[in-house]
Amino acid sequence: MSALLTRSSAQERASDFDIERLRRHFPILGEKVYGKPLVYLDNAATSQKPQAVIDALSRFYSKDNANVHRGVHYLAERATEEYEGARAKVRRFLNAEHASEIIFVRGTTEAINLVAQTYGKAHVGAGDEVLITAMEHHSNIVPWQMLCEDKGARLRVAPINDAGELLLEEFEKLIGPSTRLVAVTHVSNVLGTINPIRRIVEMAHARGARVLVDGAQAAPHLKVNVQALGCDFYALSGHKMYGPTGIGVLYGRSELLEEMPPYQGGGDMILSVSFEKTVYNKPPNKFEAGTPDMAGAVGLGAAIDFLAGLEHDALAAHEHEVLAYGIRALSEIRGLRLIGTAHTKASVLSFMLDGIHPHDIATILDREGIAIRAGHHCAQPLMKRLGVAATTRASLACYSTRQDIDALVAGLRKVQEVFR
Amino acid sequence: MNSELRDLYQDVVIDHSKQPRNFRKLEDATGTAEGFNPLCGDHLTVYVKLAGGVIEDIAFQGDGCAISKASASLMTTALKGKNEEEALALFGHIHTLLTVGPNDEVKPEDVGKLAVLSGVWEFPTRVKCATLAWHTLRSALEGKDERVSTE
Repeated sequence: MSALLTRSSAQERASDFDIERLRRHFPILGEKVYGKPLVYLDNAATSQKPQAVIDALSRFYSKDNANVHRGVHYLAERATEEYEGARAKVRRFLNAEHASEIIFVRGTTEAINLVAQTYGKAHVGAGDEVLITAMEHHSNIVPWQMLCEDKGARLRVAPINDAGELLLEEFEKLIGPSTRLVAVTHVSNVLGTINPIRRIVEMAHARGARVLVDGAQAAPHLKVNVQALGCDFYALSGHKMYGPTGIGVLYGRSELLEEMPPYQGGGDMILSVSFEKTVYNKPPNKFEAGTPDMAGAVGLGAAIDFLAGLEHDALAAHEHEVLAYGIRALSEIRGLRLIGTAHTKASVLSFMLDGIHPHDIATILDREGIAIRAGHHCAQPLMKRLGVAATTRASLACYSTRQDIDALVAGLRKVQEVFR
Repeated sequence: MNSELRDLYQDVVIDHSKQPRNFRKLEDATGTAEGFNPLCGDHLTVYVKLAGGVIEDIAFQGDGCAISKASASLMTTALKGKNEEEALALFGHIHTLLTVGPNDEVKPEDVGKLAVLSGVWEFPTRVKCATLAWHTLRSALEGKDERVSTE
C-alpha cells in the first residue's frame, strides 16, 4: 500500500515514473480554465478519464451494443461477452474468488444501500447493532440509519482521535454480542486516513459480525485484495478510479450472496416467474434487476486495464511522493492547518486557512484554473467532530504532479492577498 | 487578480466580512429566523425588532463565507429605520441584481451601499451565499421563527 512505502524508496521509484506520458492519456488535462491550464485537484469527488475509457464507451455503442443475457443474435452475444468480461476484470482487480461475487451497481452508494436493504433486512433485528466510524461519508451512515430506524436497531459510532485516526481499542469495545454488521471506510474522503481493514475484520469476525468496506477512495490508490482483507462486502465507484460515472461494484462473499434476499425485482434477476411464485436467479444476476449499465461496465473494465498497465509500485510511490510534497508545501503556509494527519494516509489534503472560509478559497482558486472542493464533503458528523463547518480539500490522482501542488500554493498566497 | 474577482471581493465586502456590523444577538427581538446553506455549511440567525411596522433594530449571528457574512452585515446597516415594505422591496432589487445582473429596471445605484454586492452575479455558485441573509430576514419579518434553507 502506497502509504507504507518509506520515503527514500518511494522517491527512488517515483523518479522512474514517466508522469508526462501518463498525463497524455487524459485529454481533459490539456484543457484551459479561464485561460489558465487546468489544475485538477478534486479527484476524491471524481477522477478524470483516460482516452482508453472514453474510447471503450464509444466502441461499445458503435460496435457491440445489444441487450445482455437475452438475445440469441450475434450482437447480444457480443455485448454479453463484453459485459461479463468486465466482471471478470473486476474480479481480478479485487482478487475475489469468483466472478459471481461481483455485482454491478450504480456506485458505492447503491452498493451500500443494497447490502443494507438485503443482508441488513434479513439479519439485523430489534435490539441489534450496526457499528460505523466517526469518519464515514453520508453514504455509509444514512443507509444504516434507515435500516436501524426500520428495524428498531441501534447505530453505534466508533470515535477517532484529533489526527483523524480510528481509535481501535474503542472500536473493539463497541463490537458486542448484538453487533451484526460493521461498516467502515477503507480511505477517508475528508482526511485521507487509511484504516487498518484487516485488523478491523479480525476483530469483527471474532465476535461474529460481518464487515462492509467502503472502498470508494481506496480503489484508485491502493492495491485491494478482498480475500487478504477478509471483508464480507467491498463497495466501489467506477468514476473515482478513472472509469465512467453510473457504474460501481459490490463485492460480496459467495456464501452470503447465495442466501441474501434479492434487492430489486424485475427482469434478469429471475429464473422463472408465475403470478403465484417467482424463482430468483443466482448471484450476481439475482442482484442485477433490469438492463444494466453495459457500456459503463465495459468502461470500468477499460479503466482497470489502464490501471493494470501501470506498474503499481511505481504509481503508488509517485502518488505518495506528491502527497508528501503537498503536506510539506502546505505546512509552510502561514495560518494553514492541515486536517487529517494520520500516520498512514493517501491522496487527500484537507485544510483550514486562518480567517478565510473554504468557499472563498475555492472561488479564488477556481479563477486560477485550480479545481478543489470546499464544504463538508458529505461528512457532516465528521465536520462536527473536527469542530469545523467546512474544509478546503485538494485530492490527488495518478496524474497529479508537484507542479499541481506548486500552483495550489501560489493560488493560496493569492487568496491570502485578497483577504489581507 | 482578475477584474471579476476584484468586483466580487471589493474592499467593502472584505471589510464587512472581517468586521461584521450588528453582529450580536437581539435580546428583545420580535422576530428571529435561522438560515442554512446545506451545500457549504453556512449558518446564520437574523434578529429583527419591529415597532409599528418599522425595523427599529436588526442584528445577526453565525458562521459563513465572506460573501454571506458581508451580505448579512450590509443588510443590517441598510435596513435600520426602514419599514417592512421597503425592506422587502430592497430584497427584490438585490435579488434581481444578484441573479440577472444590472439591467434597465434595477441598477446598482438603486440599492445604495449594497451595490458592492453586484459583482456576485458573475459567480452563479455564490449567489446563494449572498441571498441567504435576505431569505432568512423575510422569514424573521413574518415572525415564523423557522429554519430557512437555500436548497
